[in-house]
Parts: sequence; C-alpha cells; structure tokens
Amino acid sequence: MVSRDSSAGDEPGSFIPFHGLPVPRKLTARLSASDHAFRAIATAGGVLVLVLMMLVGSFLAYRAAQALRKAGWSFLTTQAWNPDGGGFGIAAVMVGTILIALVAIVVAVPLAMGTALYISEYAPRWAQRFLINVTDLMAAVPSVIFGLWGVNFLQWHGMTDLSRWINNWFFWIPLFKVTGVTRNATGPTATAYTSSTFIAGVVVALMVTPIAASIMREAFSQAPVGEREGAYALGATRWGMIRAVVLPFAKGAIIGGTMLGLGRALGETIAVVSIISPVFIIQPHVLEHGTSSVASLIALRYQEATPFAVSALMAAGLALFALTLVVNFVAAIIVSRSRSGAASEA
Amino acid sequence: MTTLDKARPRTTVPSRTGPRPGQQSRPLHTVRTSDLLALAGALAAAFGATGLLWTQIAPFSGTLGYVVVTWCLFVLFYAALVSFDENRPTVRDRVAAVVAHSLAVLVVAALADVIGYTFFKGWDALVHLNFYTQDVRTTGPLDPLTKGGVIHAIAGTLIEVGIAMAIAVPLGLLAAVFMHEVPGPLARFVRTVIDAMTAMPDVLAGLFIYATLILSLGRGYFGFAASCALAITALPIVARAGSVVLRLVPGGLTEASYALGAGQRRTVWHVTLPTARSGLATAVILGTARAIGETSPVLLTAGSTFHLNVNPLSGPMMSLPLFAYQSVNSPFEFEKARGFGAATTLLALVVALFAIARFIGGRGPGVLTTRQQRRVAASSRRDLARYAQHRAAYTAVEAPGYPLEKP
Repeated sequence: MVSRDSSAGDEPGSFIPFHGLPVPRKLTARLSASDHAFRAIATAGGVLVLVLMMLVGSFLAYRAAQALRKAGWSFLTTQAWNPDGGGFGIAAVMVGTILIALVAIVVAVPLAMGTALYISEYAPRWAQRFLINVTDLMAAVPSVIFGLWGVNFLQWHGMTDLSRWINNWFFWIPLFKVTGVTRNATGPTATAYTSSTFIAGVVVALMVTPIAASIMREAFSQAPVGEREGAYALGATRWGMIRAVVLPFAKGAIIGGTMLGLGRALGETIAVVSIISPVFIIQPHVLEHGTSSVASLIALRYQEATPFAVSALMAAGLALFALTLVVNFVAAIIVSRSRSGAASEA
Repeated sequence: MTTLDKARPRTTVPSRTGPRPGQQSRPLHTVRTSDLLALAGALAAAFGATGLLWTQIAPFSGTLGYVVVTWCLFVLFYAALVSFDENRPTVRDRVAAVVAHSLAVLVVAALADVIGYTFFKGWDALVHLNFYTQDVRTTGPLDPLTKGGVIHAIAGTLIEVGIAMAIAVPLGLLAAVFMHEVPGPLARFVRTVIDAMTAMPDVLAGLFIYATLILSLGRGYFGFAASCALAITALPIVARAGSVVLRLVPGGLTEASYALGAGQRRTVWHVTLPTARSGLATAVILGTARAIGETSPVLLTAGSTFHLNVNPLSGPMMSLPLFAYQSVNSPFEFEKARGFGAATTLLALVVALFAIARFIGGRGPGVLTTRQQRRVAASSRRDLARYAQHRAAYTAVEAPGYPLEKP
C-alpha cells in the first residue's frame, strides 16, 4: 500500500524487551508530500459528494416534516390529495405505486430469467454477445420512449384485448374485476381497459427486465464448471443440470436482481405518467381505467402547488424514497450474502 | 448402452482371432432429424389449431391473443410429440429449452418493436431538413412538417446534459477513487450514502431543485437548474459504477507499482486509472446516456419553450425528452409526428452513445486493442534503442562502475 520503513527495528535505540522474545517489528508508513496531497484531494472529493447527498436528503426531510406535522397519521390513511384545503394522504397513490410495481415484477421476472438462462446456458457465442448488447441497450433506452410506445402502440395493439380476455374469464378474482363493464359485451368497451395499472405495469416491466436479467446472467454464468459437469456425468439433462446446479447457485442473485428491479419499478415516473389517468381513490382492480402513483403525482401536481403543497409532495416523495431504499438495501444484502454475490453487483 | 445377455458372463475378453466388428463412428452432433420434425410438426399443429379456434369455434380478437394462444398450443403439442419417443426428464428438458428460447426472442422482439415503432412514426418528420435547423417559435400545432423543428430541444438537451456531466463526472470519479484508495470508516459511510442515493426516485431530485433553485430564487425556470437536477441523479450512479470498475483492477498491478517504490499518487495516476480507463469511460458514457433520457427532473426544472435558448442561466430551456413527451400527447397529427421525430432523435443519440461505449469498453481491465498493443510495443522498442545508445556511449568512455551490465 505505502512505502514501509523497514529499518525501524534495527535502529540502535530500538526497544528490546527484557525477556528476549522477538516482538513484531513496528511498521510505520511514511507518505510523501504528493501522496498526502492526493489523499487530501480524494478525501475532499468524497466528503463533498457526501455533503451534497446529505444536503439533498436532509432538505427533503426538513420540508417534508412540515407537511407531516400538519397531516399526522392521517397522511397514511387519506386517499385524497388536497394539501391546500381538506386532507391529503398517500393511501391511494402508494397502493397504486405498489400495484404497478408488482405487475411489472410479475411480468419481468420470467422474462428476465428466461433471457438470462438463454444467454448463459443455451445461446451460441454470437447470440450471447448480441443478446448481452440488446439487454444493455434496453436498459439505456429513455423511459419517455417506453412511455410513448406503451400509450400509442401497445395499449391499442393487444393490451386492451388481453385485458378484456382476462376480465372475461377471470372476473371472479377481485383483482381482475372491472366495474361498469358487462361480461362478453360487444361494442366499444376498449376505453374501459385503457390507462390501467396493468398496462403501466407491463411497460415498466420492459424497463425492469434488462436490469434484473443482467444481474441474473452474471450469476448464472458463474456457476462452477465442476458442478455442472458433475451433474452431466450423473446423467442429467440440460434442464436437470440447470435446476440442480445453476438455479440454486444463483438463488441470491435471482432474488436480489428481482428486488433491484422492484426498486426501479417503484420510482419510475414518466412512462407511468404517460399511460395512466390519475384517480385518487384506492384502485385495486388492475385492469380498470385509471390509477395513480407517487412519482406521477409529483410530476403532475408540482406546478399548481403552494409552498406548503410542495412540502406535501416532498413528504409523498420521501415515503416512496424510504420504500425504495428498504427494497434496495435488502436486495444488496441478499446479493452479497449469496454464494454468487461477489461478482454480481453492477 | 447395450443390453446384456443374462446367459453370458458379465465381462468377456475380446478374442483376437475372431472377426473384428466393423467400427462405426458415432454421430456427435446434438440435433437429430426427429427433433426438428417434432418442432416443425408442433408449430404446424399449433397454427392449424389456433386458426380453427379463431375462425370457427370461438371467435376471439386481436393479434396478441392469437400469438399467445398459438404459443401455448405449440408448447403443448411439442411436449406431446417429444413424449412419444423420450422419457419424462427429456420432455421436461425440451420444454424448458423452448420456453427459454422464446422468452429471449420475446425480449429482443419487444426492444425491436419499441425502436422500430419510434423510428417508423418519426420518419415523416425526420426527412425534412428544417426539422434540424428551426425551432417552433412561429410554428403552430397545425402547421405542416415542412415548417418548424427541434433545434431548440437538441441544443437544450446537449447544454443541460453537458453541464450536468461536467459536474457529476469529476466529482463522481473523485468519490470513487476516494472510496477505493482511502479505505476506512469515512469511506464506508460515503459508500453507504451513495448507495442510498442511487435508490432515490429521479423525480425527487427534480422536486428538490424546484424547491431550492426555482421557487426560492423566484426567477422562473432556467437550464442550469435542470443541469443541477440531472447532476444529482447522475452523481451517485457514476460514483458507484466507477468504484465497481476500480475494484476490478488486478491487485498484482498496483502491488507491483508499490514494490517498485512508487507512491500512492503515482500508482493511482499511472497504474490504476489507466488500467481501468475503458471501464471508466463505459461507466461515464452509459451514465450520460441515462441522463440524456431522463425526463422527470427536466420537466420540473427547465420549463418548456418554443424558442431556441442557449443561455443556461436565464429563461426556460427545452429538451428532447420533454418535447417528445408534450408533443406526442397533442391531438394534432403534425405535432404528434414532430414529437415522434424528437423521440427518434433522442433514441439515435442514446444508441450512438451506447455504440461508442461498446467500442471503447468492450474489453476487460488492462486488455489492450491491437493498436494499443502496437503502440506499447513501439515504445518498448524505443526504450531498448535508448538503453543501447546509453550503453554504447558509456562503454565508449569506459566509465567505471556504470550500473548496466556489459554485453
């Protein structure tokens, strides 16, 4: 690390204990002036970043506290959002956020796992490189473009039909109920299924898939060759090998990647804003027109806000931040505890 | 695998005198004709059955439903066909392979659809040259595409992201170097806080800047505010990616440098950073691509305008994602086309950045391109020539005790 002063023990005045046993030589590091300067600059940079980040966090917390003090516990239970008159709370928007994120995860996890498995286990070399590039590019595509695509293309070419189909057959599950639609109705009922939690969730799923897939792929490709060959030698098929070796090895990364994707899905703003039409009641029916999320609430309401209403928005944002923070940290812990975790963080 | 005849002893010594059995080379390729036939048959059966379902039995609607039902039937038929001549684990293996293949194809198709659709819709606007040279200050939403363009949004995006990265990249990389080179409780704390801030929803960074720079200064929207918001979102990403890349630098290299007596500054500057250069460049470029596409911080802080504004310190400044977002939601056809044109321009920017990142950073740390290898070889050859020259000069004057060995 640093230059060690090797002559310390041989100096004439060095301490020799009277019992005569050897003691470890004392190692002292002498940093040169330029090294001191380097360390000072690096530390200053680190501290500056730290201060900036803490500033953002504490400012948000300070302003949010003003709103929270006024709203009290009703902040968690109120569904409406009228900070300048009447009550305001995150019950509706938080449920909407979580439902959109859950739909996204339910769609994204099989997609990501299938893609990651294909890349690491099935694909020939050229397809491997191609697919890695495809997933990385997918992670870089701006969210506004996913939003435009979702609202102009996906919504009309397939998703409303799919929603209607699910509703027709599974209406008895409360989650898939749509109010105001008669079953097997003919006629222009498509608008009843637009701008729903389901469509927003599917679009967000496409944005989450590459994140989860790249973490899973890293872990899959690190499953030890010896164990793979052991499974084959015992007569396993490829799928048998994957189930016995690859998936248990990468269990932590699968859970961690899923949770990182969940964190991203919770905070997604502009794609969700493009698709949903906001309502401020708890909307548990994922196929039905209209839902809301915390991030879209902020993006839609910031302009008409008084300073107090901005504080209220910050409180909502901070609640979302707390949620994503917990999700991300749990994900990080799971990824790092798993056997494959050491090299799978991105 | 051969079946053993119970009457014969279990092991026999092959006789040398008898006729040698004809040796046949065993086929080693993994795909058999029957596999391909099973695939093709299942596909044909699935298409036929879905067609029957769709047109005759139960009239459903929509292409997506057709594809989904065809796929499900295909998997069922395929499993049935394979089960005719294989055992249960093999059937499971085949079905799993089909599912993995189709999920990968689905992801590629989804991305191709997103990109293709955006290009397709944006094409009408992109072919007009005025799209890249004008702003929309005199263009109404009903004006044809031969009038008006997005130069104000392109300039705004480039300025805002340029300033944001000028703040975030040096700071982020410095923080990464700090976390890597000065380990200790402080570095751990910085790492924790940076990790936490990567979880911050980007709209919150926009709201922070909106509350501090826009509301409290009271001078309206301006471009620099958007730069600050983007810098806050990009800073933790760059710092984190940078520290991951620095950790990949082989310890042997830095230890060799210390063993040769170099100090920490020299080692970082001449060994660690150059080794990690391609990875750091990739991290920075991907961070930039992410920042270019961010809409929500810009939406809250830069305002929107029809004019070209190149001064980040005063007046609202348009940006590509915001223009795309606002125009595409317009009910007018030409305005929508302009929005898709802006989205396509944005996508092209991101894809170009991504391609550059892949071009620079496709290699691991310390792995050189052919040109770099040639350059390194040339410099060693120069060194060799220099040593030879020195040696010749010293042997000419017969300098006693010169440290270089004589040839």
